[in-house]
Amino acid sequence: MNNWNWDTFFEAFPLVLEGIWITIGLTVACYLFALLFGFVWTFLRRIPIKPINWLVTWVMEFIRSTPPLVQLFFIFYAWPMVPVVGFAMDPFTSAVLGLGLHFSTYIGEVYRSGIDAVDKGQWEASTALNFSTRQKWTKIIIPQAIPPTIPMLGNYLIIMFKEVPLASTIGVVGILQMANNYGAQNWAYLEPLTIVAILFLILSYPSAILIKKLEVKMNTRFDKKAVVNSSSSKGAV
Amino acid sequence: MSEPIVTFQDVHKSFGDVKVLKGIDLEVKPAEKIAIIGPSGSGKTTIIRMLMTLEEPTAGDIIVDGNNLWKMEKNGKTVDANDKHLRAIRGDIGMVFQHFNLFPHMTILENCMTAIIHVKGENKEKAKKHSIEMLEKVGLGDKLDNYPSQLSGGQKQRVAMARALVMRPKVMLFDEVTSALDPELVGEVLEVIRGIAKDGEMAMILVTHEMDFALDVADKVLFLDEGVIAEQGSASQVIEHSKNERLQSFLKRFRS
Repeated sequence: MNNWNWDTFFEAFPLVLEGIWITIGLTVACYLFALLFGFVWTFLRRIPIKPINWLVTWVMEFIRSTPPLVQLFFIFYAWPMVPVVGFAMDPFTSAVLGLGLHFSTYIGEVYRSGIDAVDKGQWEASTALNFSTRQKWTKIIIPQAIPPTIPMLGNYLIIMFKEVPLASTIGVVGILQMANNYGAQNWAYLEPLTIVAILFLILSYPSAILIKKLEVKMNTRFDKKAVVNSSSSKGAV
Repeated sequence: MSEPIVTFQDVHKSFGDVKVLKGIDLEVKPAEKIAIIGPSGSGKTTIIRMLMTLEEPTAGDIIVDGNNLWKMEKNGKTVDANDKHLRAIRGDIGMVFQHFNLFPHMTILENCMTAIIHVKGENKEKAKKHSIEMLEKVGLGDKLDNYPSQLSGGQKQRVAMARALVMRPKVMLFDEVTSALDPELVGEVLEVIRGIAKDGEMAMILVTHEMDFALDVADKVLFLDEGVIAEQGSASQVIEHSKNERLQSFLKRFRS
């Protein structure tokens, strides 16, 4: 067995790094898909018809209760074999669909919690001012519902980033698969996998700190504006 | 006598098995000021919430300026009002809430402007001018760029009044607007309402626990008890000379 070898490290590093764009790209694509589809869940769950509500809740629960890996395998290997509706997709698209769909159920819950947290007096005041249903959502409810959920949404970005290597199992070549390939060819796993760990750490840890800061900012956002405003108005006087 | 702007005809309201209102008949004339008093749970707030379309009556009709609020004609049949119908009539009515319900993500000026721009379609310059005038009227001309979180309860409630007034409703509803305020802030809010009452051709319905204020402002006082209007008349008739025992004991609790 060989020990740690810096030559191997420096040889493997650029190769593993090549996979970073796939890893980041897949994270971003999955995340955007989840953000958008989360809205779809939130909307569907608000339809005030009991059977639909029950069905949507059940489907969301089903998606959340099955492992993302199983869902990936199903979409990539099994879906093309489903009669009539089945069709084959490339690994990247399958991964976006699989991981994106899985996490969209969580994101949908985040949106819902944000909407539920808006005081019902806000709905009543906007009815009293005769806003249309659409205006109530766009002008009054969503601007209040979304900002408090931003830290939670950020957390899901980091969680998804760490789940993305699952996609290597269906052939999406991110940093993990790059490192694995290098290891298999050179029988040296220690250095390339260490590089993978370091890269994940470098990207997740600062993001986590950023989100913490964002959280503090969101909790005090109206007070902040208040401070800025009162000082500027004093200046004007 | 002019036509009433609001008429309640045998209006009932239940929440589940609980009958809150058991047949309300009421006429409000243009510019008339009506105070509704009564013990909590008697259904005072429910009356004005139905007029604001926040609750749907279980039975009966509410007529606003000749239009049936909760019912409409469709293919010659009378059916439940849809949102479009409600929206068309609701514009005549404005409301001030117990808990202000200002929009926390907007400045004071934006709170006032947003509905006249987006609902009434006024241009931004005019909307701004009217809003500033109204905010000056309620004594908050120097707080335009502040956010609601920076204001005292009394100031918030005055903003809420300016926001409702600038829409120029024909009927304005006040739902216990001083109940959530610290005692020392009640005066400033009542003062503003007095001002509105004096210069207004606007009808007002006030649900209130401020008896002296009701006596002072209202043309007519209704005493609501157990879901019915138990006593009504001029403010002095009802508050000072009524023989109704339940009203007497209700008033005693406020006078002591």
